[in-house]
Amino acid sequence: MTTSPSPGALATRGPHAFGRALRALFARPGSAIGTSLVAGFLLLAAVGPLIAPYGANEQVFAEARQPPSLARPFGTDHLGRDVFSRVLLGARDIVSVAGLGSLVAVVLGAAAGLLTSYLGGLVEELTFRFFDALLAMPALLLALLLLGMLGPSRANVLIVLTLAYVPIVARVVRSVVLDVKSKDYVAAARMQGEPLPAVLLRDVLPAVLPALAVEAALRFSYAIFLVASLGFLGAGVQPPSPDWGLMIREARTFASLTPWALAAPAVAISVLVVAVNLMAEGLARALQVTRGVR
Amino acid sequence: MAYGPGAGVLALRDVDLDVAPGTAVGLVGESGSGKSTLALAALRFLPGDGRVVRGRVELGGVALDGLSSAALRDLWRRRVRLVPQDPLASLNPSLTVGRQVAEGLAGDPAGRDGEGTAGASPRGDRARDAVRALLASVGLADAARVAASYPHQLSGGMQQRVAIAMALGGAPELLVMDEPTTNLDVTTEATVLDLVRDLRERHGTAVLYVSHSLAVVARTCDRVAVLYAGELVEDAPVAELYRRPLHPYTRGLLDSLPRVGQDRRAEPLRPIEGRIPEAHARPPGCVFADRCPVAIERCHAERPALDDAAPGRRVRCHRWPEIAAGTLDPRRPAEPPARAHDALAPDGDAPALSVRSLSKRYPLARGAWAALRRRPARAVRALEDASLEVWRGRTLGLVGESGSGKSTLARCVVGLTVPTAGEVALAGARLAPRLEHRYRARLGELQMVFQNSGEALNPYLTVGESLARPLRRLAGARSGGEIEARVRSLLEAVHLPAAFAARVPGELSGGEQQRVAIARALATEPCVLVFDESVSGLDVSVQAGILDLLTRLQDERHGAYAFISHDLAVVAYLADDIAVMHLGRVVESGPASAVLRPPYHPYTEALLSAVPTLDPDGQAERVRLTGDAPSPVDLPPGCPFHTRCPRSLGELCEREAPPWRRDASGKTVACHIPLEELVTAQVPLFADAGDAGAGPAAEGAAP
Ligand code: SF4
Ligand code: SF4
Repeated sequence: MTTSPSPGALATRGPHAFGRALRALFARPGSAIGTSLVAGFLLLAAVGPLIAPYGANEQVFAEARQPPSLARPFGTDHLGRDVFSRVLLGARDIVSVAGLGSLVAVVLGAAAGLLTSYLGGLVEELTFRFFDALLAMPALLLALLLLGMLGPSRANVLIVLTLAYVPIVARVVRSVVLDVKSKDYVAAARMQGEPLPAVLLRDVLPAVLPALAVEAALRFSYAIFLVASLGFLGAGVQPPSPDWGLMIREARTFASLTPWALAAPAVAISVLVVAVNLMAEGLARALQVTRGVR
Repeated sequence: MAYGPGAGVLALRDVDLDVAPGTAVGLVGESGSGKSTLALAALRFLPGDGRVVRGRVELGGVALDGLSSAALRDLWRRRVRLVPQDPLASLNPSLTVGRQVAEGLAGDPAGRDGEGTAGASPRGDRARDAVRALLASVGLADAARVAASYPHQLSGGMQQRVAIAMALGGAPELLVMDEPTTNLDVTTEATVLDLVRDLRERHGTAVLYVSHSLAVVARTCDRVAVLYAGELVEDAPVAELYRRPLHPYTRGLLDSLPRVGQDRRAEPLRPIEGRIPEAHARPPGCVFADRCPVAIERCHAERPALDDAAPGRRVRCHRWPEIAAGTLDPRRPAEPPARAHDALAPDGDAPALSVRSLSKRYPLARGAWAALRRRPARAVRALEDASLEVWRGRTLGLVGESGSGKSTLARCVVGLTVPTAGEVALAGARLAPRLEHRYRARLGELQMVFQNSGEALNPYLTVGESLARPLRRLAGARSGGEIEARVRSLLEAVHLPAAFAARVPGELSGGEQQRVAIARALATEPCVLVFDESVSGLDVSVQAGILDLLTRLQDERHGAYAFISHDLAVVAYLADDIAVMHLGRVVESGPASAVLRPPYHPYTEALLSAVPTLDPDGQAERVRLTGDAPSPVDLPPGCPFHTRCPRSLGELCEREAPPWRRDASGKTVACHIPLEELVTAQVPLFADAGDAGAGPAAEGAAP
């Protein structure tokens, strides 16, 4: 269950709220490390192409299967591509696909959850029954099924991420909205003739934001995982993209010959996912959102 | 036994207090006074981060301080017991009540001969009988059924009685009760209070009774200790404390309490100004100096000692000799009485608000099978055929126990809940049932102030933004300058400084939040204001300020107020008219003076009897209700009150709905008993009720 922050936490508003939340994020070693790592990855994703020593698909056959060295920090794969460069360039790929996917899911899910659960009644019932149906299937299975139908492409991966995560985000939002909409200040706003959008945006949404921020971070970490899995299963981004999942898939066959080509993207995925999770955890603490089993 | 804890971050400072066997000492104070901390300290039962820095606790002459934790546990099991405010806190939800009470009994090792718990042995039988006897002794009539129930199956009043039975199980020497009736209805509270009185007389238990309510303590205790900001400021026998308080704070508390029969215009309440100091910012001199109306320089510099004013009376004030001698009036100078009220007579031909035959039923979910067989859906009848009128310049008080439908009525009136039947009219014009269908232009004419001050304001908006919204939306204020000016005048109207506009609700106290909520409701200059338990959550001194504010605002603006409260004393103080609700129906209504005088509806009689009053002697011959109100789903036919009515006529009441009867004073009563018979059978519960002005009522507290 996700609950709205306690009244004490509600006082954290205004221009300093962001700074205070950031300071709270760095107050604990776990979330400080996580947040720094995430920031590092984002930076790499941004500047990757500028600093990568080789192109993603630049093959130097003569240097194929080289173990890590100073010149080739992560070695080369069986085709003679520079693993370090590929990991670096892949970061942009995965961060952008997973980031965009979870962003769209969070926005749509928040809108759907906010509106339907505030209005209640049949609309809410139908929407959430549909969401429950979507959620009945594991995200990976749903993704494979849909990509099987739509065909593997980056755009379709985005669609799949959205479909898989909108229901989850909507449910998180709903649990807060159900709590907030019965609050007297919402009733007071209605009695003062505030139109629906004003009530939703000024009275209900602010209470949802902390939980939403935490959920967004969590969705991001799951999305990274899902995108990588899809790449690994060959259902997502297609070769020769430097997708981390795809890299693991390709390097798997040569695991005994070029273990570094397998290890580098695998470690990158794990570190990124763990980092985002640590950040989400820290965010939850900083914003006083309690997360339980769901 | 004596104890004197003095604490570190100064939750408590130099408090010492004795409770003799068989007596009850009331510990009163407002929130932040440290009364609960003291109660827990007395049991050596402090939360993890609290510790007694200095001082000691003795029980029967033995100091508890040096005791090992095992010895303490043994002590808690056998000699001292705590009844907490929330009975569920002391009850295990997964065990039957019987088991838990039995464990309480078994907690006394002397009584269980070394081994057995309540099992299926002959001793188990004995234990069961003991449990039932104990439950019966706290007034739970159907002890066998209660013993077999789980806590959640019982009503709040029954849970509290079970908690008391558990506490009594080990025949403790000391019983500490922490606000045991705060969450209960007055009628239930009255039975619990009677029980406490009875207990210490019969078992010789020493009782330490913590409460925020002077009236409740007056009814239960022999002595009262008044706590303020962690210090004991006065300690005296109940009657003397109420007749002749020596400490200005005690005086202030008493003057904050409305008394039935007090005229709000001739004799307004005198709230205590200011706020209780925080534990870390207590003044060096007298802790009350900032708020004391008679503080002198010495008070700010020098901390007064706890003097023995008379045998059995102690007071911590520099100026008590003057107060005792009667040469100093420790009261705040009364505000000049509000100007003579000319709007008491209904003006205009249509009532400002009229409610006609309003009903609200919540259908219960029925199983698919029942629906298929077209069984009629059962419904919770929250409101049945309720009719009311509120006139301009007058206040209608709406009273009743929880579940009587008063809040449902309020929400139907303002359109937050859509009634099943009936209509609401504002100044004669019918309103759409649903808020969203009402004309936007008319929304401002009807506003509401809610109960929970903490939830009434959007925590993300500043006070100024909250007040600006209705101004912009409904009151046609456009320019920034105009809005700012009007926000300032609204804050002024509720006696708040203009600087509050920049604050967020989290920075305000409960009373201040409620003032802002009132200001917000006033923004559109409504002709009808509904108050739903709007002062219930506040400390008496704060509440008094708001009640005065409402009186003043009404005199200035001639609004029609519907004031809903479970607190009869408050309603009697504020209301010109009173309507009494029971199980969703209005059972009696009329001018306040008439409702507070016989003939009473039997339910009103019980409700009024249950109201704790300040006069410790005046608790004679009271009507007590037994049993719980019937469920609003399966209402009995006939008079809905007949299952509990002490005056029930039997078959007639069980069969037929009672007729409305009206008397010369203009009040109406729904009862089978003719009013002439009721008036002869009943004694007036408030001798002076309705006699406007400072009648003999004032004697209870004023010297
Ligand atoms: S000591 Fe002074 S400030 Fe304190 S209560 Fe007495 S008169 Fe008031
Ligand atoms: S009608 Fe009968 S049961 Fe109802 S209040 Fe009157 S006397 Fe009591």
